[in-house]
Amino acid sequence: MAEIIDILLSASFWAAAVRIASPLIFATLGEMICERAGILNLGIEGIMVLGAFAGWMAVYSGAGLWTGVAVAMGAGMLFGLLHATLTVPFGLSQHVVGLGITLLATSVTYYAYRLALPEVTSPPRIEPFQPLEIPLLSEIPILGQALFAQTPLTYLAFVLAGVTWVVLYRSPLGLALRAVGENPGAVEAQGLSVTGLRMGAVIVGSGFMAVGGAFLTMSAFSSFFFETVNGRGWICIALVVFGAWKPGKAVLGALLFAAFDALQIRLQQTGLGAEIPYQVFLMIPYVLSILALVLMSRRAEVPAALMVPYNRGER
Amino acid sequence: MRLEPVANPTLGRSIGFPAAALALTVVVASLLTLLAGANPFETLGLILAGAAGSKFALLETLNRATPLIFTGLAVAVAFRAKLWNIGAEAQFYAGALMAVLLGTGALGFLPWFVLVPVMAAGAMLAGALMLLGPVVLKVRLGVDEVVTTLLLNFIMLLFISMLLEGPLKDPMGMGWPKSEPLDQAARLPRIVDGLRLHWGFGIALISAGMIWVIQARTTLGYEIRAVGQNPQAARFAGVPVARVLIKTALLSGGLAALAGWSEVAGLKGNLTLDISPGFGYTGIIVAMLALLHPGGVVVSAIFVAGIFVGADSMSRAAEVPTYIADILLATALLFMVLAILLTRFRVVRG
Repeated sequence: MAEIIDILLSASFWAAAVRIASPLIFATLGEMICERAGILNLGIEGIMVLGAFAGWMAVYSGAGLWTGVAVAMGAGMLFGLLHATLTVPFGLSQHVVGLGITLLATSVTYYAYRLALPEVTSPPRIEPFQPLEIPLLSEIPILGQALFAQTPLTYLAFVLAGVTWVVLYRSPLGLALRAVGENPGAVEAQGLSVTGLRMGAVIVGSGFMAVGGAFLTMSAFSSFFFETVNGRGWICIALVVFGAWKPGKAVLGALLFAAFDALQIRLQQTGLGAEIPYQVFLMIPYVLSILALVLMSRRAEVPAALMVPYNRGER
Repeated sequence: MRLEPVANPTLGRSIGFPAAALALTVVVASLLTLLAGANPFETLGLILAGAAGSKFALLETLNRATPLIFTGLAVAVAFRAKLWNIGAEAQFYAGALMAVLLGTGALGFLPWFVLVPVMAAGAMLAGALMLLGPVVLKVRLGVDEVVTTLLLNFIMLLFISMLLEGPLKDPMGMGWPKSEPLDQAARLPRIVDGLRLHWGFGIALISAGMIWVIQARTTLGYEIRAVGQNPQAARFAGVPVARVLIKTALLSGGLAALAGWSEVAGLKGNLTLDISPGFGYTGIIVAMLALLHPGGVVVSAIFVAGIFVGADSMSRAAEVPTYIADILLATALLFMVLAILLTRFRVVRG
């Protein structure tokens, strides 16, 4: 117990929690935008893998870090366009298309990796984003190091969450986007394009997911491994439910989840870690995600038209 | 644009679109081989030869198809009821684990003709229980089964890893995380002496036949279809929707677990962490390409296995990464679902 309190009082623990939360915030926001518009995007896991690779590869080939982020985002949006084309105008099963996109994005990534680096046994490193300490604010005990001594991409994650909130709740576009996930017929009656709104949401959301993946290889670590993403996409789908499809709650959910993840990593190094097999600790994030889904199931405010394709003129 | 149903699709429409989907898949694969600096015709030829060019290749393909028939059936049965079981991978490992627990001496007093069915039943039970949790959560609390079954895949793999480095570790394994080998009586025999095809393949075919009978000739089969097409209407018609979903889950989980059992008892002889190169996930492609039909699952499992086996053998000869197989299949899946839609709907402007 004393060990847990020691961990919770250390600044490095909270800094790690915020760092672990960052990619989840990007991807959870991306998934949330898709689902708010009525489209479940199960391509998330594959798009994160692709983003992790594309950003890293771009930087490895000589591009700047921010160019790498843009490349990742563009790659994600391209697969978002494919997902959107199949699920919105054609109205195909979002489960099947989403899983298909994950398989396609993952295998395209692995193929490209093998083509680009045929001989390597361990992937090369890049110079990742460095922490950017914000003067004064980063001097606050514990909180300062956790929140204001992070890499620029972490700040971007929080800014993006704010922007998403403003757009969703304080702009006509956001109103239309939320409406299209609740009652697409009414949006059509207003003279707006359901297809356009939904496709746009999936494309932008997929871009966010890819940046979440890119965070892993360009900010958290400095190399790309096949298991870099390792189910984080699926965890983000659980986080969307846990966050009740709201940006603020999604960020809190991601932070809470990341805190548990950071805790289990540190507990592995304590006396507890010597007694309990490390696999038990590694299971914790997945178990927590399932628990989060169960806890929120009763209160879930699912968008009414989620997974319901819209075909104009059909009643 | 919008979609308009086609009342009576012509034969050209019904065959033309799926054929075009396959052709486009081949085009995509060819472009990718060009990207790798290889000759597409040569590469595709090598894949075909590696999959079916010799008796050895063909048997290898059928061996690889065996677990895919089981997982493909598992997915097909579940998807037909719109039960999104993405956890066939975890259920596979549950079955494989049960095979090891029962087949390494615990039931050593049993003769083989009792032991083998007991192991199969035990494996099915383990796989069914693996899926029971997510389905009860779905039915009782409305928890989405896609995410829970997906996350269970990761949990199960860690659990197996823990067992293989702990209580199940083979003391003679030179430190590798693998289980003890199965007793001889617990193994599935070869179908033909000297050839590497085991009885798991035969049992997979029998399972496909049984699923066909269940779907086409029993009340449960009718109920599963009704629940899948429209749960509200099914409930209104007096179908016990929750009970049907749970029965579907037990069947689906059991089938996926048979894949794990057959891999351990028929092919590998012991359990390792890498015994499945994603058989559970590939089962989804197999089932979708088969349009969820049990007979089709057998055909598409052999097709999919052929692509994997062929790509493995091709990449040893040419400089094209094996992942081309995965791209080929994912592309085929996406084109195919679109093609099937276009056989029944026409795209109209405005």
